[in-house]
Amino acid sequence: MMDDRLIIAGREFKSRLWVGTGKYKDFIETQKAIEASGADVVTVAVRRVNITDRSKENLLDYIDPKKYTILPNTAGCYNVEDAVRYARLARAAGVSDLVKLEVLGDEKTLFPDTAGLLEAAKILITEGFIVLPYTNDDPIVAKKLVDIGCPAVMPLAAPIGSGLGIRNPYNLKIIMETVKVPIIVDAGVGTASDAALAMEYGADAVLMNTAIAGAQDPIAMAEAMNYAVHAGRLAFKAGRIPRKLYATASSPIEGML
Amino acid sequence: MPEPIQIQVNGESKAWRRGATVADLLEDLEIKTERVAVELNLEILDRAAFAQRQLENGDRVEILSFIGGGTEQVHRSEGVVVALGAQERYSTAAR
Repeated sequence: MMDDRLIIAGREFKSRLWVGTGKYKDFIETQKAIEASGADVVTVAVRRVNITDRSKENLLDYIDPKKYTILPNTAGCYNVEDAVRYARLARAAGVSDLVKLEVLGDEKTLFPDTAGLLEAAKILITEGFIVLPYTNDDPIVAKKLVDIGCPAVMPLAAPIGSGLGIRNPYNLKIIMETVKVPIIVDAGVGTASDAALAMEYGADAVLMNTAIAGAQDPIAMAEAMNYAVHAGRLAFKAGRIPRKLYATASSPIEGML
Repeated sequence: MPEPIQIQVNGESKAWRRGATVADLLEDLEIKTERVAVELNLEILDRAAFAQRQLENGDRVEILSFIGGGTEQVHRSEGVVVALGAQERYSTAAR
């Protein structure tokens, strides 16, 4: 797997598992889980600094930006203005031009507002951002995002934090055929087999948070996800056998009594 | 001693000394300038401007940084069971 690097907008990534940093018990657990996951891209959110409790530690004291690619997101933004504002703030906070763009449609489903997403992506790309859009499993929207300059697309497997796994593998496959940029399946995986499946279908990477952070043992689950993504990728590259309705014997008939 | 100014910092009202810059404010609040973004009256400031920009009465300052986050935090609907089929059941509560 030496030459199997993921390249997005000229940046090389070793791991095809990307992880979020939310919902962990504490920063130590976050750090250990990320280490176990083998991920080199970690997502973070942008929020107000706590000005009353100055003792509060900073996440980036535990996740070294020299070791990991920090990918700020616009989580919690429900309109174009907010998403653009948060992306600009993330860049001002000084990590890079990368942004995982989220424009959410409603609080119950957290599905992307794809019209708003396209609009926000256009604005940010003009401003020099490298926009990685969190989008629906919609091939048409994925194509539009690529057409306006997104160097990768991040379709969901299922609603954020739902753990339902890949609800629409056929749409994901159509997206993979339709666009020629890396596809990162983002959100909705529940366990290792979901991640393996996404990679077997031909996804270039998988991004998850809740499936690891919400597991009873997040560090063990992070390791499981690491294996799953590797296994799925290898299986995809190896090429699976076709599905057949009837048996095909593995042992030769010749030489039988 | 000149009269202090009234400013809003991350939504909180504060009386601050007149003539203080954004850099002074960050220093007084013991906030390291690396990896923070500062928005002054909705304008995002360049890091280089922190030491130049003087705070004025009525200014609204937002100081932001990175926190743990994946995607939007989930609103846990406790006890909701999604029936997927006879044998496959997933519960958000009994995870």
